[in-house]
Amino acid sequence: MRDFTEIWSYLAQGPLLWLTATLAAYAIGNACFQAAGRRPFVNPVLIAVALLAGVLWLTATPYPVYFEGAQFVHFLLGPATVALALPLWDNLGHVKRTALPLLAALLAGSTVAVVSALGLAVAFGIEGEVLASLAPKSATAPVALGISASLGGSPTLTAVLVILTGIVGAICTTPLLNALGIRDWRARGFATGVAAHGIGTARAFQVHPTAGAFAGLGMGLNAVLTAFLAPLVLRLFQ
Amino acid sequence: MIPALLTLLAAQLAGETLTRLTGLPLPGPVAGMLLLLAGFALWRPLVEVVRPLATTILGNLSLLFVPAGTGVVGHLDKIAAHGLGLAVVLVVSTLAAIAAGALAFAAVAKLLRTEPET
Repeated sequence: MRDFTEIWSYLAQGPLLWLTATLAAYAIGNACFQAAGRRPFVNPVLIAVALLAGVLWLTATPYPVYFEGAQFVHFLLGPATVALALPLWDNLGHVKRTALPLLAALLAGSTVAVVSALGLAVAFGIEGEVLASLAPKSATAPVALGISASLGGSPTLTAVLVILTGIVGAICTTPLLNALGIRDWRARGFATGVAAHGIGTARAFQVHPTAGAFAGLGMGLNAVLTAFLAPLVLRLFQ
Repeated sequence: MIPALLTLLAAQLAGETLTRLTGLPLPGPVAGMLLLLAGFALWRPLVEVVRPLATTILGNLSLLFVPAGTGVVGHLDKIAAHGLGLAVVLVVSTLAAIAAGALAFAAVAKLLRTEPET
């Protein structure tokens, strides 16, 4: 039988090993999420990232080598962004019925998300690549990564910031909106989707189906608006 | 599945081409999403062609963030250097955005006297 290190060095060069590891880490993360009753702070992506980071560190594997395998999963972010047209299409009826409140909420939520993030970050002395990576943090991840790359940010840093934004939004939205006395499910869901993208949308669906549908709509519309807004606002703070 | 995959990839390809031709400050896939939306409006049956694959991809959307997210290993120094600032930014900005959106919706809905759905 051949030496294990020999087999390892063969496998570690090809994409098979790290593609499998990516799916396995996510499967473990998702199992934890389900076992915890789908609570927003047990996030499957964060668990998978922590596991993979640990494995890469233990095996002294550089990130570019890992990405050789993981790029097949990463590539699907583009088609996934295109696929967001489907939930937008399904919710167009809502848009026609509540166009003006939706427009006001979209402009307010999206602008506050970008301006407050960049304004506060500058106050904390954050600049350059990290600042650009923060600009699209409320947009859904596939879109945010594209925006970050075009602004000179780091897509990998943006990925983590986007996920953390979603988790904060999902945990805080119900108590926050209760404290503000907002009872309309459409307002609650839409604002959550705009500010906290897919993770917020998943939370909204757990609370109420109307909130979920409006959250999905908010996520899709904010992805488009942030693509226009983030470069403009970033220029003000650079 | 092949027609659905072809539709998504062709929309993305058209989006990438369009943004580069026009210099629009929009990621190619977002332009692709808008083009697909226009495609749905022009030819309704396209919605059902795309639906099964799109539902599968969107149902497992979180998985697609894992490779980029793992790239955090290259940024631990920056995150450590700005840890407190980033934490405050994420929490305050996200809460402010949710509050602003919900209050704006409620205010305009009240102004127009639309029935709230509670």
